[in-house]
Amino acid sequence: MKQGLFEITNNVALTKDVMKMTLKGDVSAITNAGQFINIKIDGLFLRRPISVYDLDKDTVTIIYKIVGKGTEQLSKMKDGKLDILTGLGNGYDLSLSGEKPVLIGGGVGVPPMYLLAKRLIEKGVYPTVILGFNTKEEIFCEKEFKELGLDVLVTTVDGSYGVKGFVTDALKNVEYSYFYTCGPEPMLKAVYSASSTQGEMSFEERMGCGFGACMGCSCKTLTGNKRICKEGPVMKKEEILW
Amino acid sequence: MVDTKVNLLGITLDNPIIPASGTFGFGYEFSELYDINCLGTFSFKGTTLEPRFGNPTPRIAECSSGLINSVGLQNPGVDKVIGEELPKLAKVFNKKVMANVSGFSVEEYRETCRRLNDCEQIGWFEVNVSCPNVHGGGLSFGTSEKAVSEVTKAVKEVTTKPIILKLSPNVTDIVSIAKACEDAGADGVSLINTLLGMRIDLKTRKPVVANRMGGFSGDAIFPVAVRMVHQVSKAVKIPVIGMGGVSSAEDVIEIMLAGATAVGVGAANLVNPYACRDIINDLPRVMEKYNIKSLSEIIGGCK
Repeated sequence: MKQGLFEITNNVALTKDVMKMTLKGDVSAITNAGQFINIKIDGLFLRRPISVYDLDKDTVTIIYKIVGKGTEQLSKMKDGKLDILTGLGNGYDLSLSGEKPVLIGGGVGVPPMYLLAKRLIEKGVYPTVILGFNTKEEIFCEKEFKELGLDVLVTTVDGSYGVKGFVTDALKNVEYSYFYTCGPEPMLKAVYSASSTQGEMSFEERMGCGFGACMGCSCKTLTGNKRICKEGPVMKKEEILW
Repeated sequence: MVDTKVNLLGITLDNPIIPASGTFGFGYEFSELYDINCLGTFSFKGTTLEPRFGNPTPRIAECSSGLINSVGLQNPGVDKVIGEELPKLAKVFNKKVMANVSGFSVEEYRETCRRLNDCEQIGWFEVNVSCPNVHGGGLSFGTSEKAVSEVTKAVKEVTTKPIILKLSPNVTDIVSIAKACEDAGADGVSLINTLLGMRIDLKTRKPVVANRMGGFSGDAIFPVAVRMVHQVSKAVKIPVIGMGGVSSAEDVIEIMLAGATAVGVGAANLVNPYACRDIINDLPRVMEKYNIKSLSEIIGGCK
């Protein structure tokens, strides 16, 4: 973990309530796909944890949904500097991917799948990607995943684009060695039940500090109590208590 | 050169800064960031006789200038604290640590303190009396003069180290509670613990934290802390550790003027993990600004 000041270099809307922000600064503490950063926003007490979408030698990019005061304020910032804690959480374990993993992202659970896909490709593994949204207007990042040369399946609940239904409807027709997923909890539960292999899922929880000090985001697992922010946010399928 | 040293019940602290229990774990998360030996001491995560998972999540709610937490005393239990946490801490912290203890019965407080008493690393006990008393109708120990007195006497019997009672502000008259602790043999008091608070989500119309209510802390409660430290320190002879919303060197001076011998820093650690180090580094500058040569001279100096 590191604390640093980051300069906002870009902050653009991808859909009506999803934004993409690029921040320039010392990103050396960010080591794994699936980690998050924790952003201090003026006038708000607690930092806002947001997962990493992409990483470069001196920039980190996040994709976030406007859900409350914090993200709304963030969405209006066009420049300036932000106080950010970086390199938080464990991230995904690439070593377990097998030859043909599947990446499953739902809504704002899509962003961490992008850095994960890039990291897998670096080691010669080309995953299949499933992106789930409610409706066509909410889709983002399909093009970015395709540009990595990956097979991308998009699902929409209302059938306005791609496969009609949930990510699990697309998963049925995919062969895979392992799965990596991030999305709303009902989706994670559905993937947990529908998946035929082991895999990893990233969880969300309201956090106090984001670095393991306050025990605000604890959960029980088959391998003991874990802090979502420190031993998580990524948990292995076999340790989840469902 | 200014002198930041204070004496807390026979042990000299390099400075009065004490990260408050529950915001600093057992120290390691912070020792990865800076050398925590710069602290006066710190109060470790509230420890109970048995391991506790704590309350369901969500446990955290954002507030103006603060937060509500309902962690519910998650901890590995006293035996693991002695067997695992303290040996790990010894590798990164070479000063005496403050043992924060909670319980749900007088007997539990007594037994937990008894087991911890032989640990060389522990300099003081901080006894949190904000927990519900399961044999007393569930009301917090800290709301009754009789209950705090019983807890104080029970832990004094089994310990050879100074006992500091950590008081709840959720009472009609904190002075009478502090006096009851002093009369029962407490060596010091620390205050304030969190204020009971609640937030409601407008979309779901449900409380934000799963336990409905929780402890409110952060910058917003600082004036309440200063007032209570002032009232209590005027009324008792034992030292007072002041805490509640302290987030700057200026706050440290202010709460010491109100009567604090040492100063807890809590919620600030959660937002800025370097908060305590930054406050310690800034203290000499602020002392010089206000013409303070020695911090121990300003304790209770409010005119």
